[in-house]
Amino acid sequence: METIILFAPLVGAILCGFGWKLIGETAAQWTATSLLFLAAILSWVVFLTFDPSAHPNGTYTVNILRWIESGTLSTDWAIRMDRLTAIMLIVINTVSALVHLYSFGYMAHDENFKEGESYRPRFFAYLSFFTFAMLMLVTADNLVQMFFGWEGVGVASYLLIGFYYRKPSAGAAAIKAFVVNRVGDFGFALGIFALYMVTDSIRFEDIFAAIPDLQDHTMTFAWREWNTLNLIAFLLFIGAMGKSAQLFLHTWLPDAMEGPTPVSALIHAATMVTAGVFLVCRMSPLMEYAPAATNFIVFLGASTAFFAATVGLVQNDIKRVIAYSTCSQLGYMFVAAGLGVYSVAMFHLLTHAFFKAMLFLGAGSVIHAMHHEQDMRNYGGLRHKIPKTFWMMMIGTLAITGVGIPLLYVGFPIGFAGFVSKDAIIESAYAGTAGGYAFWMLVIAALMTSFYSWRLMFMTFYGTPRGDAHTHEHAHEAPNTMLFPLYVLAIGAIFSGMVWYGSFFGSNDKVGKFFGTPYAEASEHGDEASHGDDHADDHGEDHAAEAGHGKAHYNLVGAPGEGAIHNSPDNHVLNDAHEVPVWVKLAPFFAMLAGLGLAYQMYIRRPDWPRKLAEQQAPLYQFLLNKWYFDEIYNFIFVRPAFALGRILWKQGDTKTIDGGINGVAMGIVPFLTRLAGRAQSGYIFSYVFAMVLGIAILLTWMTLFGGAN
Amino acid sequence: MGNILSLTTFLPLLGAVILALFLRGDDEAAQRNAKWVALVTTVVTFICSLFILANFNPADTGFQMVEARDWLLGLQYKMGVDGISILFVMLTTFLMPLVIAACWDVNTRVKEYMIAFLILETLMLGVFLALDLVLFYLFFEAGLIPMFLIIGIWGGKNRIYASFKFFLYTFLGSVLMLVAMVAMFADAGTTDIPTLMTHTFGTENFSVLGVQIVGGMQTLLWLAFFASFAVKMPMWPVHTWLPDAHVQAPTAGSVVLAAILLKMGGYGFLRFSLPMFPVGSEVMGPLVLTLSAIAIVYTSLVALVQEDMKKLIAYSSVAHMGYVTMGIFAVNQQGIDGAIFQMISHGFISGALFLCVGVIYDRMHTREIDAYGGLVNRMPAYALIFMFFTMANVGLPGTSGFIGEFLVLMGIFQVNTWIAIFATSGVILSAAYALWLYRRVVFGDLIKESLKTIQDMGTRERVIFAPLVVMTLLLGVYPALVLDIIGPSVSALVGNYETALATFEAATQFAAN
Repeated sequence: METIILFAPLVGAILCGFGWKLIGETAAQWTATSLLFLAAILSWVVFLTFDPSAHPNGTYTVNILRWIESGTLSTDWAIRMDRLTAIMLIVINTVSALVHLYSFGYMAHDENFKEGESYRPRFFAYLSFFTFAMLMLVTADNLVQMFFGWEGVGVASYLLIGFYYRKPSAGAAAIKAFVVNRVGDFGFALGIFALYMVTDSIRFEDIFAAIPDLQDHTMTFAWREWNTLNLIAFLLFIGAMGKSAQLFLHTWLPDAMEGPTPVSALIHAATMVTAGVFLVCRMSPLMEYAPAATNFIVFLGASTAFFAATVGLVQNDIKRVIAYSTCSQLGYMFVAAGLGVYSVAMFHLLTHAFFKAMLFLGAGSVIHAMHHEQDMRNYGGLRHKIPKTFWMMMIGTLAITGVGIPLLYVGFPIGFAGFVSKDAIIESAYAGTAGGYAFWMLVIAALMTSFYSWRLMFMTFYGTPRGDAHTHEHAHEAPNTMLFPLYVLAIGAIFSGMVWYGSFFGSNDKVGKFFGTPYAEASEHGDEASHGDDHADDHGEDHAAEAGHGKAHYNLVGAPGEGAIHNSPDNHVLNDAHEVPVWVKLAPFFAMLAGLGLAYQMYIRRPDWPRKLAEQQAPLYQFLLNKWYFDEIYNFIFVRPAFALGRILWKQGDTKTIDGGINGVAMGIVPFLTRLAGRAQSGYIFSYVFAMVLGIAILLTWMTLFGGAN
Repeated sequence: MGNILSLTTFLPLLGAVILALFLRGDDEAAQRNAKWVALVTTVVTFICSLFILANFNPADTGFQMVEARDWLLGLQYKMGVDGISILFVMLTTFLMPLVIAACWDVNTRVKEYMIAFLILETLMLGVFLALDLVLFYLFFEAGLIPMFLIIGIWGGKNRIYASFKFFLYTFLGSVLMLVAMVAMFADAGTTDIPTLMTHTFGTENFSVLGVQIVGGMQTLLWLAFFASFAVKMPMWPVHTWLPDAHVQAPTAGSVVLAAILLKMGGYGFLRFSLPMFPVGSEVMGPLVLTLSAIAIVYTSLVALVQEDMKKLIAYSSVAHMGYVTMGIFAVNQQGIDGAIFQMISHGFISGALFLCVGVIYDRMHTREIDAYGGLVNRMPAYALIFMFFTMANVGLPGTSGFIGEFLVLMGIFQVNTWIAIFATSGVILSAAYALWLYRRVVFGDLIKESLKTIQDMGTRERVIFAPLVVMTLLLGVYPALVLDIIGPSVSALVGNYETALATFEAATQFAAN
């Protein structure tokens, strides 16, 4: 069944991409889509029936084919099934299947293509291929197969960003995405090499088993000695930074919005960009023992959450607002992963996939309605024109801003998905950093999230129509193929937080059971009970209702590699997160209200304020509008110097120095030789043959003279 | 089948002789006949080589199917194949039919053109199969003559300058190699390669003109061979002949040059430098690694700013060969496995890329990047193929380009992390220049008037690309096809190298005490 899930999208991509001429465009699209729905349904079956306790270490592996074998290096194409994989399977396949369906409507008539051009099968083939690569990434049982998926999704992303190949901006964005991702891959690859060097393997199982012996191990890398685990964790995280668009390597993500909107929803919101978070969670046994690296992850995640939110405040392109929002939310996930609450990171990954895909598809529906107008300054008052889309976007906004009822707890909190998972991260941040930098950054980011999300809603759906009157008149609701995916995602955006609260952010026994990691009762923090409960034991239910105030505490125990996620013995962030002060639990809620109020004030009550504020604070406004000038700075310190250096090396190095030198020698030698041969005009072939014959003659003479002597 | 190696090697020559003797006239029919004779010959040669592959036992790390005969002047004619060389043989025989098919549209001096390629094939196969120093030298040097003619007669406007450069570089290297061969014979008293591989050349330090030579004789011999092989690879800074040669060469010539001739240098390192001069390799290894790292970064940057498609791909070839030399002189299993894999894979990928350039050159007669743009609008099949090989060239996992690069980097990381960092940065730069090229040629709107009527690839062109696509994918997904064959031989090579070094170090220690 796992194999079918993995390969159905690939088959779909091939049939659709190469077979559409035989079976027709529509049939090809349906083939790809139905195979994806098959994969999605099977994924849910796997997810719901997966029982970690039935397998050793909560994991099983399906081998498919040998891959790279060289000396002690040995890798297979394989499927590693554990809870992390199962979660990713449903996220990827669900969103992908819905995006396929959505694309029927969205891509039906695209004015970027001429009449009679068959771009749809290509689009669907790329989408299916992307899904396959993403599945390879998450099912890998070794780092190299993961790297295959990692780069595979990069290519799919490249192809889809550049899908409108006639647009120069799309071509530029596609290259940028690929190259910036390669910068991340550079670190990822070095991390893999280092891991192989110290563990002699690149299979997760072997690596995890070797971790305990590697604590306090050091290795030389470049100019100095490093703590091995910190170094490797850091290198791997560079890969994650690229793929997940974290600060410094984020510049490609906003530009990636050049791709068609369904692509943005699937790749640049729900799945590919979360691969970095998945990588950190997958490598939890390593991360747990790399404190310096994880501190950096927390710092960078929090900074990204803040940075991206500030830029999101002033963007006018509807897709760019959501793109920066994605970037910011990924920062939240990294904070959780860096703190060691991997389950919480995965929780937000899951809920975010639903509501962010929904926001993007909703935005796509708006864009569709507005004839590909993306500037929100030309929207306004659309809630009457496209009410269904409006309500779906509303649900997405309520989810992302984190609307819920604070402090009410009925076995789980009551609120939209984002409320549950984002608050879980913020509480963990408070517990994990003792109310430090990360916590405050995330709370401030939550305020800004609320502001820009509501700003988007108000500018788009409220107020008076702006921009081209004709476009507004003809604004129409999307077809059902586009609305149906929104409805499905809405269910996720509303309920996914509440349904899986216990599994991801409940007490450690529930989390441990869900992820297949052994857990044990601890009487006090740091003191594990002498008897270790097996994960198969089933008495978590009784305590769950009292999470936060309960008498019994559990810790995740077990060696690295036992279970899908690992916690070191002194990691108590999850337990502590349930006991944060009340004001901490309320902080994100009030941040959300403040953002809402501010947006309401500025975009509903006094729509003249934004312009005045922008004029009044022009330098700040420009700074944010130009995304902190990252692109300009990178262009100045990387791109242009690279081209300039290339030109210098070419003209000065190759042409002048090397060729110049050789020509100088040549002018001396060649005429001499050719004169010697008596054939000055003969050309070089003759000289060459001559030299060779001469050489052989000398060799033979030498051998006859000295050969007999030995 | 005792002489299957000779049979395979000289079959193309037989074809050439037949063409030379029996084909008369230069009308269309004669031209077509010449092409068919050449095609059939190369296909039959490929089939013969399949028998070699079938008879080959990877577990045996010695030479197999050895043929030895007395030859003129008391010299020996000796051929044999082992895990290091067999895949180069297969690469050559596999590519030659495609090369012939790629010059189907040529119509100037077709007979001579075909003869040149057929002779070239014989000589290239000879290089990989010869087990005697003199024989090797003959094949190695003579191979340049047909290549020379191919560039000089069927090449572009500046062909004389290019062939001049080509000559000068290779000539200097060869002279030194010849001297070294003479010295080897003087020392060991034989030109038999297997015997030489077990012979220990002197390692006592001595000084020449006041310069202390660490590793003595071995280092000097190593340097002499290095001069020849480094030019062939080509390594930085003796690479500048390659871009010029490629630019001037006709498409089929470029394919042979990039796909097969460049591999002779790498093969030479593996056949001579490592097994015969281990101490010399150890002494000079760091130099090679440094040059390779420079090559990767330097030529990638230069590739970024090229305006001529062929030059760009040529510079990219130099960068990829940087991985090869780096892997070889990492001298561990992953490094050398990776180096050989990279050479094989580069054979398919660079060959295909030059064919890609050929496809549009045939239509527009220019290699200027700026003359193109928006080809995807009229040439979707071409865009797909070009994309595939562009991605393979940047080492996308799933294609053969990845495996070689990855193994080499894995190998070098264990030796020197600095070098590994610089080399790995090549993956960023290669993506930049390759995609930048692709974007300028293929993406964008088709606005240039001259391109409005350009035609997509025809059946013949698609058929040529098909085997290359298949091999690139197959080796990327199931590299065991290559690694299983070369693994034992490489492992033996590394083992012998380490033993030799250990002996040397023990001796040095002993001397020091």
